[in-house]
Amino acid sequence: MSEAQAIRTDQTDEVDFVELDTMIDKEFSKDKENLIMILQAIQRRYNYLPKPALTYLSAKIGVPYSKIYEVATFYSTFSLEPRGRNIISICLGTACHVRGAERVRERLHESLNIADGQTTDDGRFTLESVRCIGCCSLGPVMKVNEDMHGRIATDEVEKVLGQYE
Amino acid sequence: MKIQSLEDLKTISQKTRGSIYHPNTIKVNIGMASCGIAAGARASFDKAEAAFSGDDGITICQTGCIGFCEQEPLVEILADGKPRVMYKNITEEKIVDAIEDYRQGLFEKKKWILGQMRKPLGIMEDGTENPVAKVSPHEGIPFLEEIPFYSKQVKIALRNCGYIDPDTIDEYIARGGYSALLKALKKMKAKEIIDEVKASGLRGRGGGGFPTGIKWATCAKHDGERSIICNADEGDPGAYMDRSILEGDPHSVIEGMLIAAVAIGSSHGYIYVRNEYPLAVKRLITAIKQAEGYGLLGDGIAGTDFCFTIKISTGAGAFVCGESTALMASLEGKVGRPRAKYVHTVEKGFRDGPTNLNNVETYANVPPIIIKGGAWYAGMGTEHSKGTKVFSLCGKINNTGLVEVPMGVSLREIVFELGNGVPKKKKFKAVQTGGPSGGCIPEKFLDLPVDYQRLAEVGSIMGSGGMIVMDQDTCMVDVARYFLDFLKEESCGQCNPCREGIKQMLDILTDICAGKGKKGDIELLEELGSMVQRFSLCGLGTAAPNPVLTTILYFRDEYEAHIKDKKCPAGVCKALFHYDIDADACTGCGLCAKKCPQDAIAGKKKEPHQLDQDKCIKCGICYDACKFDAIAIR
Ligand SMILES: Cc1cc2nc3c(=O)[nH]c(=O)nc-3n(C[C@H](O)[C@H](O)[C@H](O)COP(=O)(O)O)c2cc1C
Ligand code: SF4
Ligand code: FES
Repeated sequence: MSEAQAIRTDQTDEVDFVELDTMIDKEFSKDKENLIMILQAIQRRYNYLPKPALTYLSAKIGVPYSKIYEVATFYSTFSLEPRGRNIISICLGTACHVRGAERVRERLHESLNIADGQTTDDGRFTLESVRCIGCCSLGPVMKVNEDMHGRIATDEVEKVLGQYE
Repeated sequence: MKIQSLEDLKTISQKTRGSIYHPNTIKVNIGMASCGIAAGARASFDKAEAAFSGDDGITICQTGCIGFCEQEPLVEILADGKPRVMYKNITEEKIVDAIEDYRQGLFEKKKWILGQMRKPLGIMEDGTENPVAKVSPHEGIPFLEEIPFYSKQVKIALRNCGYIDPDTIDEYIARGGYSALLKALKKMKAKEIIDEVKASGLRGRGGGGFPTGIKWATCAKHDGERSIICNADEGDPGAYMDRSILEGDPHSVIEGMLIAAVAIGSSHGYIYVRNEYPLAVKRLITAIKQAEGYGLLGDGIAGTDFCFTIKISTGAGAFVCGESTALMASLEGKVGRPRAKYVHTVEKGFRDGPTNLNNVETYANVPPIIIKGGAWYAGMGTEHSKGTKVFSLCGKINNTGLVEVPMGVSLREIVFELGNGVPKKKKFKAVQTGGPSGGCIPEKFLDLPVDYQRLAEVGSIMGSGGMIVMDQDTCMVDVARYFLDFLKEESCGQCNPCREGIKQMLDILTDICAGKGKKGDIELLEELGSMVQRFSLCGLGTAAPNPVLTTILYFRDEYEAHIKDKKCPAGVCKALFHYDIDADACTGCGLCAKKCPQDAIAGKKKEPHQLDQDKCIKCGICYDACKFDAIAIR
């Protein structure tokens, strides 16, 4: 498994099949059991799961496309649509919930003018909600890309967003 | 080097002990688990490294979660012959000054100092001389062991978290690590290992509480390609002990799995880590590589013919994959749908072979049990719940953090002594245990001891150890709605009672929270709840109604206030309350007016302000900001 990389921003439907092929062979030994981790690697590379990559993967490891689609839609981390340059994960876990995460989320909705799972028109942000990132003691918690922001007050949301282009 | 014997471990241990207990420089241990990093520990670390690079007198090191998350970033500074001092809230602006304060022996930054350590020994090293016994403590600094947060703690699963650098196997070994493996491998028969675990009374820490020794024995009985799996999916929101153990002491889990493998007879191990824990994965990968380097994983372990490999798999954001059969399906690269357990996974699990699945904390407890014996472990706790349990204190509590206490300690002690009660003098309402499968325990049961049976008697469960404290500002109807909303998203959808039942219950609760509750709703919720409990396939469904049923049981008045009076007493359900300014309490400081994003508050300086209901969106910013409790919920 490769180490988490920074999110790539050069989104494109053009899939580098040679690179994909090598990755499936080398990192995941073409093993069906690694399907979920292969999808994660594809998503790290393209920031979402481009369909051409999935059809290629299907033929390569011999799993029907319908099964791949099933897995990609069952697990909540996967996105079949391109996502924004910055991914915001607002924690809606219980500890954050009782400390007002819902209000923070509403604030995000308002200032970005998008709902959960959506991307802003300028492609700057995608808003996702997660249920606990394991930093409950610092709730409410919000993660932007790989940066964790703890104890955020409702009126600090804009300041945090301002740090990301 | 390949480790062959206890002697080899001793050599490494003696070499490394110095740096843990008698460093020849000033050693600065910065708590660098995810929570510490989120609080700014990485910046402090970088700052310290830059400031003291080239300074031979200071070594900057990382360690895992020190536990007292509320005070993070935590930094422990030690030097041979001086007290070990824990500094709190050491952000990058403070780190250099804190280190200088220690170096000069001033200890003047009293407000930054949490305490000094009297006994820095963990559970593995009984009999070893107390390394700081000869150091005279510094006067005027409290002892950590006497601070309520630490005083009742007994660290077994967390024995190394915050003491060692998790990326250095030698430090694990220096604290007694891998000696349990060598003992199990070379001196014990498989049955003796299992008997020891049985005698310890250790029960699964993942939620179900199944006796670990019995699980191992049953798995060992079945023939086939046996697998050992570690459940590190930790889906229960509000629980993060597994993350802390993996990030702070990954080898303890690896060693626990190895011992299980020796006892059960398996050569394949898997750790299923949730996707949200990238740092845990990184530390595990490092740990596995180091263990392989020492010949503690792989072929011919410690010179015997025992082989064992560990593969790490990451989840992809599905709570249900914490359930054993779903987890195994997910490990096989499939969707994580639970299956009926007519045939148990110990007989036919992963790849249809006999499979032993345990939780992270369960495995972490195993090495000390092997070293010190089952009887020692069983000497702690209550009749049915032995040993210690790690809890994560979060929500409306002053001391958030991880605590490990012997079973049988009361909830009141945990919440009010270790946790130091509810912040801002608000009133305690309930403590939620067991996550979405658990329940809310009201004040009247706070004297209950933590014990599998006793928590079940009041409608909750031990669960994985998340304890979320709720105060007067938490609406219990909203909490019930919240959990169902969570479970509706997470239900795998294959059985009707769970998929549809949860949705129907959620619809009713959403209506109640929106002021559209009707007479009979409570009874209908109870009826639906009992149906979902009885007819769902897996634990997600059968336990899903628990948060609703316990809140109805203990907080029925809140439900009735919502339904009959159309009021949300806690001020959470937006349709059922409004904010108002209490003219008697308002000092006219103007803080709320400045903060309100809608400009809904106005007034003259030093005179009571007014709130315009038409503009107010009930974001609560003023309520949180007011220092005089002048924003009232009506
Ligand atoms: C819906 C559901 C979610 C679960 N999530 C977890 C989890 O995140 N971590 C865990 O260790 N056990 C979880 N469990 C319990 C596991 O099924 C299993 O009992 C446990 O991992 C066994 O290990 P133990 O005996 O060491 O506790 C979950 C169970 C259910 C029904
Ligand atoms: S009870 Fe719910 S989560 Fe469990 S198998 Fe049935 S539908 Fe899936
Ligand atoms: S509940 Fe938000 S991080 Fe755990």
